[in-house]
Amino acid sequence: MMASSYFLRGLRIVLLLLGAAFVLAPFVFMVSTSLKPQAEVFSSTLQLVPQQWFAVSNYTKALTRIPMGQVLLNGIYVCLAIVVFQVLFALPCAYALAKLRFRGREFVFGLVLLGLLIPIHAISIPLYAAARSTGLLNTLSVLIVPFLLSVFAIFLFRQFIKSIPDDLIAAARCDGLSELAIVWRIVLPNAWPAASAFAVFSVVAHWNDLYWPLIAISKTELATPPLGLLFFRAAESGDDYGALMAAAVVITLPLVMFFLFAQRMFIEGMTMSGLKG
Amino acid sequence: MKHSFDPNEVRSAYWLSAPALILMLALLLLPTLAVLVLSFTDAELGVPQVNFRGLAAYADLLNDRTFLGAVKNTALYVLLVVPASVVLGLGLAMLIEADDLFKPFFRSIYFLPVVSLLVAMASVWQYLMHPSIGPINMLLNKFGLSSVNWLGSSDNVMGALALIGIWQTVGFNMVLFLAGLTSINRDLYAAAEMDGARSAWSRFCVVTWPMLGPTTLFVLTISVINAVKVFETVATLTQGGPGKASDVLLWVIYEEGFVHLQIGAASAMAMVFIAVLLVLVLIQTRVLEKRVHYT
Repeated sequence: MMASSYFLRGLRIVLLLLGAAFVLAPFVFMVSTSLKPQAEVFSSTLQLVPQQWFAVSNYTKALTRIPMGQVLLNGIYVCLAIVVFQVLFALPCAYALAKLRFRGREFVFGLVLLGLLIPIHAISIPLYAAARSTGLLNTLSVLIVPFLLSVFAIFLFRQFIKSIPDDLIAAARCDGLSELAIVWRIVLPNAWPAASAFAVFSVVAHWNDLYWPLIAISKTELATPPLGLLFFRAAESGDDYGALMAAAVVITLPLVMFFLFAQRMFIEGMTMSGLKG
Repeated sequence: MKHSFDPNEVRSAYWLSAPALILMLALLLLPTLAVLVLSFTDAELGVPQVNFRGLAAYADLLNDRTFLGAVKNTALYVLLVVPASVVLGLGLAMLIEADDLFKPFFRSIYFLPVVSLLVAMASVWQYLMHPSIGPINMLLNKFGLSSVNWLGSSDNVMGALALIGIWQTVGFNMVLFLAGLTSINRDLYAAAEMDGARSAWSRFCVVTWPMLGPTTLFVLTISVINAVKVFETVATLTQGGPGKASDVLLWVIYEEGFVHLQIGAASAMAMVFIAVLLVLVLIQTRVLEKRVHYT
């Protein structure tokens, strides 16, 4: 048993390293190609380190061909606004569903479950028509408004708030706190793991979303990162992979950095949202 | 219990849930109703004249080659991505959980694609899969194999997109399985060993697999739901091509509604899409009910 244990532990590392090489290869080639001149990209060698460094040229193109800084800021602004509003609207409703008794509670929860079914993709046509008639198309607001409410947040928070002891809430009531004050001063601090889990889930989803921005935005300076990269691809004429990979690096970096700094929060957040959703 | 509501509590509950309910009505329920109504018409974006067609748009879908092709391609994508990403996710989770050495390190590496911008990584894959200068083909040539036209041939394109999809989702399935694995009581393994389950494989069959059953079914349905929604890679890399070989559900709905502006027909497609999701979610809730028996 013990003799084979070293062998098995080694085998585990070898297998995991092989898998890691497959997972990491796109990132390695992305960075490597972003440093190379076009001639080297087309010279068909598997050399990873460039012979001639072209980083400045490629990254200058990446940052200037479209207003890259603006695109990243749009993405951050939209994602933050969405997640703040989602928590703001979902938490009071989730608290009511979890802890208050009222006529129609089952009906409201039924609506939440129904809402879980319907993705933005399926209702984008009426949302687009509404945005067009209200003049919201091609504004940053149009990227936020359809996502003000997350029924998934209500669902997740309700599950979590149910586990908060009733005594805690009764005690707060005795202290004279209003129900709204209870939501923000008692429930929110206690539901913080659920809130941060949901925040990670929401930010990853909306940072990546292409479908709705593609429909609602046609101006480069209003694009979010995925749409911005599509505009970048459209703006380049040939196969300028060096500049494209540099743009991919710049646009992937913010969320990856955020992940590397808060790995536990990310993984626990995605796990919790995944398992409850 | 019945009719013993505290009027103050009821009033608070209504006030607290009113904002969410109004938004739900405006952003979710009314738009869904609008899609349903539109699907019975021949509405065209920007054309004021609208005729009622009843179920004709749905009947048209049954003869619509583009739509049927998209259904077929989406099903193929699901069949390619889901089994591979679930099995690999489980395998990785078990390998990572088997020993403490470098556990967080590997977990983070495998999770990296989940937090990377899919449109950007799709662009990287396009370069990797380039028919002449792509590193994948160069590597194949080095081993004496001939080049493959990954995204440019109608025979390979769904497979190539599925490969990207697997690469992107394995890490997510892995962390879900890790959560399932860590919740298994260690004593069960010791008990199984005492009862004669000597090999790692027999302990897997007796303990891990049955205890992980609910998680597996759950990861399976989540993977199917996500795979049905494939859009970003198609929009970035192939736009349904070559020909119509990589048309998928969301892509044809997008094209019909926002390129051809046929919002009546696109709404019928969207209703079919909702129906597909409804079936999947019903399966998922069944799974959730099963989960309860184990916890």
